[in-house]
Amino acid sequence: MKIHEYQGKHILRKFGVATLKGVVCESVHEVEAAAEQLGYPCVIKAQIHAGGRGKGGGVKLVKSKAEARETAERIVGMQLVTHQTGPEGQRVRKVLVEQGCAIARELYVGMVIDRACSRVCVMASTEGGVEIEKVAEEHPDKILKEWIDPVVGLSSYQARNLAFGLGLTGKQVGKGVAFLSGLYQAFIGTDASLAEINPLIVTKDGEVLALDAKFNFDDNALFRHPELHELRDPHEEDPREQEAKAFDLSYIALSGNIGCMVNGAGLAMATMDIIKHVGGEPANFLDVGGGADEPKVTAAFKIILKDPAVRAVFVNIFGGIAKCDVIANGVVAAAKQVGLKVPLVVRLEGTNVDLGKKILRESGLAITAADDMLDGATKVVAATRGA
Amino acid sequence: MSILINGNSKAIVQGITGEAGTFHAQQMLDYGTRIVGGVTPGKGGQSFEHGDKRVPIFDTVKDAVRATGATVSIIYVPPPFAADAILEGIAAGLELIITITEGIPVLDMVRVRRVLESQATTRLVGPNCPGVITPGAAGVGCKLGIMPGHIHKPGHVGVVSKSGTLTYEAVGQLSALGIGQSTCVGIGGDPVAGTNFIDVLKLFNQDPDTHAVVLIGEIGGSAEEEAAAWVKANMGKPVVGFIAGRTAPPGRRMGHAGAIISGGKGTASEKVKALEACGIKVAPTPADIGKTLASVYRG
Repeated sequence: MKIHEYQGKHILRKFGVATLKGVVCESVHEVEAAAEQLGYPCVIKAQIHAGGRGKGGGVKLVKSKAEARETAERIVGMQLVTHQTGPEGQRVRKVLVEQGCAIARELYVGMVIDRACSRVCVMASTEGGVEIEKVAEEHPDKILKEWIDPVVGLSSYQARNLAFGLGLTGKQVGKGVAFLSGLYQAFIGTDASLAEINPLIVTKDGEVLALDAKFNFDDNALFRHPELHELRDPHEEDPREQEAKAFDLSYIALSGNIGCMVNGAGLAMATMDIIKHVGGEPANFLDVGGGADEPKVTAAFKIILKDPAVRAVFVNIFGGIAKCDVIANGVVAAAKQVGLKVPLVVRLEGTNVDLGKKILRESGLAITAADDMLDGATKVVAATRGA
Repeated sequence: MSILINGNSKAIVQGITGEAGTFHAQQMLDYGTRIVGGVTPGKGGQSFEHGDKRVPIFDTVKDAVRATGATVSIIYVPPPFAADAILEGIAAGLELIITITEGIPVLDMVRVRRVLESQATTRLVGPNCPGVITPGAAGVGCKLGIMPGHIHKPGHVGVVSKSGTLTYEAVGQLSALGIGQSTCVGIGGDPVAGTNFIDVLKLFNQDPDTHAVVLIGEIGGSAEEEAAAWVKANMGKPVVGFIAGRTAPPGRRMGHAGAIISGGKGTASEKVKALEACGIKVAPTPADIGKTLASVYRG
């Protein structure tokens, strides 16, 4: 789960990490009032989940009330296009108006779970304010790392290693250490999967502050963080993906025209791959899961067919826990309920396969049966061309 | 021969009275697996019955191990309590813990890994995995997992995979070609897990009854690349592979918590390249996994 910058900064303040003063606004009028209250210069920042907001024109320094109004009129409600939003962009519903400050240095700090050693890794770099992936690729030596023992937590010496490595001096070192400790507490305390401050700034007065804040949370841990549920912004999520979530389905919208319903994440990915291999384009990733029952399959089917781009549907099931007859009943019920108008190719294998095939055969629906994955993919791609 | 489990393995089921635990305990008993006990705190003294089989239930893993002599546990405990169930199994000195549970918070697993690394008795397989199966009749084979037992066939090909149903797909293809399996191990699709590809490859390499290996990976992380390098340096048996997610978009978690391409790293094409560079033949499509194995090994 992702959140907005202003929400991330709220979390940082709760854990004692220094940020600038800011006000969240939803209208031009509110922006004007906030700018007057904070004083000039101040910065107006579009709040969308995607990165690259500055380059896309969603962040602007303003020096007067007139400029604040002018900028707010442009940004509030705009479709902000960045390299992460796709060409249609994302509508800006909220902006953060933040105090200006005199920046001396822009640095980087990030925390992630390092899969190679199963520990939280704290990364720091003097190359702040730019894309960190580029730094990692071109100058890997410029990224400092400390791995955290989960029993001990982030030790002061590790935070000092990073602070000195970032070139902090004098009183800045203590401030840097406090910053990193607070950020680590925030990471653990929210079950984050990513916490990134880019840039972390040192002001001309020697303050160490978070100028941006990016958090991703572990979806598996949300059950113990009811406070994070409230931070979810439905505008930032695909409505079909949300609907899928309500049925405990894993759905991701893609840009092709072949709807896919598969059990298991690995097989679902492999199904997309084989469709592409025979010349088609998948419209989605959809894993109905192991415990797929009839209502779940029906919901999955409806979600797939809501995508107007879908010209044919491929159901690929290898029944283990999921039983083929249950899936077949779900497919038949859903196809009848929604009045299926596109070709449907079904491949069933595994537990209760004969019963499942019989249900499909006797349903009276125009279903194309497939013998295996490749056969199914070939048939569904052919169906999109015939339609 | 086989790896990890065989017909003599005595196993307990943690979470045996839950919905998933009950269903799969029945399935495993039907396969012939020696399920000698169950654990559900608060239900100690009761028993789990299936057909003519009666399995005693214990309050703690320690009690279950003491009473039954079990060395293996399989966990179906819900995600909020699963990490604790693993720690309980480690404390009881089990040799092998297989965790089926999907959706355990990753920071819980970071702590579990820390405990695993501080001892040498217990190996963890999973979480979020289909389990382990050594195909065979009762007394020879052993199924500890959620895979459909009937698609497997005893033989000499080892299978190791991050995925559940994609493994069934591969096993189905192998069995259809008349190629049996020594042991199939699902290591799970989570970013932090107990056993990785290399751990399993080492076991297959030492097992005289495993003659070739199928490795099924997916996007995300670098475990496949590391496994490929290990194969090149150490493996004395043919290995073929498949990587799922060639068409996955970057930045999106494809079902499994670990299946995500981030910062341009962990793509399928990088992994395929790494495997091929290490002499591992990669199936071009998921429908070719069996055929690819058959091209390097005749069972």
